Amino acid sequence: MYNQKVLEAFAHPQNVGEIENPDGEGTVGNATCGDIMRITLRIENDVITDAKFQTFGCAAAIATSSTATQMVIGMTVDEALKLTNARVVEELEGLPPQKIHCSVLAEEAIKKAIEDYRAKKEGKTLDKSKVDYV
Amino acid sequence: MKVYADHAATTPCDKRVVEQMLPYFSDEFGNADSQHFFGRDTAKAVADARETIARIVNCKPNELYFTGSGTEADNWAVKGVALHRKDKGDHVIISAIEHHAVLGAADWLENNGFRVTRLPVDETGLVRVEDLEKAIDDKTTLVSVMYVNNEVGTIQPIKELAEVAHRHGALFHSDCVQAIPYMNVDVKELGLDLMSLSGHKFYGPKGVGALYVRNGVKLDKLICGGGQERAQRGGTTNTPAVVGMAAALSLSRETLQADNEYVRSLRDHFEKRVEAEIPFIRQNGNKQHRVPSVSNYSFEYVEGEGILMLLDFNGIAVSSGSACSSGSLDPSHVLLAMGVPVEVSHGSIRFSFGKHNTMEETDYIADKLKETISKLREMSPLFDLKKGGTYNV
Repeated sequence: MYNQKVLEAFAHPQNVGEIENPDGEGTVGNATCGDIMRITLRIENDVITDAKFQTFGCAAAIATSSTATQMVIGMTVDEALKLTNARVVEELEGLPPQKIHCSVLAEEAIKKAIEDYRAKKEGKTLDKSKVDYV
Repeated sequence: MKVYADHAATTPCDKRVVEQMLPYFSDEFGNADSQHFFGRDTAKAVADARETIARIVNCKPNELYFTGSGTEADNWAVKGVALHRKDKGDHVIISAIEHHAVLGAADWLENNGFRVTRLPVDETGLVRVEDLEKAIDDKTTLVSVMYVNNEVGTIQPIKELAEVAHRHGALFHSDCVQAIPYMNVDVKELGLDLMSLSGHKFYGPKGVGALYVRNGVKLDKLICGGGQERAQRGGTTNTPAVVGMAAALSLSRETLQADNEYVRSLRDHFEKRVEAEIPFIRQNGNKQHRVPSVSNYSFEYVEGEGILMLLDFNGIAVSSGSACSSGSLDPSHVLLAMGVPVEVSHGSIRFSFGKHNTMEETDYIADKLKETISKLREMSPLFDLKKGGTYNV
């Protein structure tokens, strides 16, 4: 069902874990649907210098988490905000159609982490009720 | 190491069975319904196969109809009886944890104007006799409950359920596809009116099944065609498959008890290790009323597909839910009916052992499973929460 690149990313995921005291963090998804993704970022001068993930989900969710974190390291936050799930899927050379939705989580988690970073910079905290992990 | 622990999905065809099937492909290829000697020879082989199976399930040979699969037998029983008895009533009862063959046939009936009740099960996957008492009415024409569930291995009280059905004038069908490999299925003793079986679950060939229909029970036919199977099921008889199914069933009866004890010893050893070595698990099924081969666990905080694939990388073949639904994103209907929370049901795996598995293989599965679960939990934000982590969002 999965291509070799996806299998490799799933079998040997990069950037697993979490950054302590991250500059930005985002958690998206919910357990009932079978997918939760949490991404933490280290950001220096608006450049992402490190990214780590934790994912509860299928192989596609894990593979896209790993690939997306690899892709954003070195990007500015503006560039990272433009990262779409389609680009992540392209990097993985495709996913089965019924698994495309899993790749949306990575995009959303990164966006949310950057939102969190910007909010923190402005001295705000994000509304907790927006986080729908259960 | 390559380990196959998915025997509830299918079993390897016994080589002795293959030997008995081979002549019927090219040498004795006659159509069993032809009048000439080619046909007569084949007809004899088919008749012998029918007799063998009839003897084992304790029915008359003319009460057995060969089909193309267990699924076809289930469809035929459920739709065929409901359609034939529609003047008597419009109500059919099944359990919520039936195989998709019965579930799908019941859905089809519902879409065609019938009423369908799906009996709930308790947390171990057992149908309660009193629930059938409550659901049955004078318009119920058929009750269909599987003998053994394919995902968790729970053995249902079908004898008691059949008694209730009969008391209310309903017929009773049982999908015995998963039961036949491990249990004596005596249709008289169990009080069955209809019963389905499938060849490839007991080391026989795929693509063949059978439906037992008690003499006197009438049902509409689904497959129209020539006069095969006493004009009830069209289609040229698949002689090699029928011969193979009978041979496999016959062989399986010779060593039934020893095979059961052996498979149970592997399964029990496996469960002992899993329960001692992997935390945060939930066993699905009924410890007392269960076939010896199946072991079903939910591993909390991780997802089934990941478990399946990491085990697959290590050469281990198991299944999440039933093989028929793998590739689908829906949680198992069986586990949901048993009250397993949706998020936990996503992390459920069925291990089903067979007579060719060894203790070494069983230990290998336990070792790799432990590694796999801990690897996936390291990645899981839910497990992090469980350990006392917090999200500073």
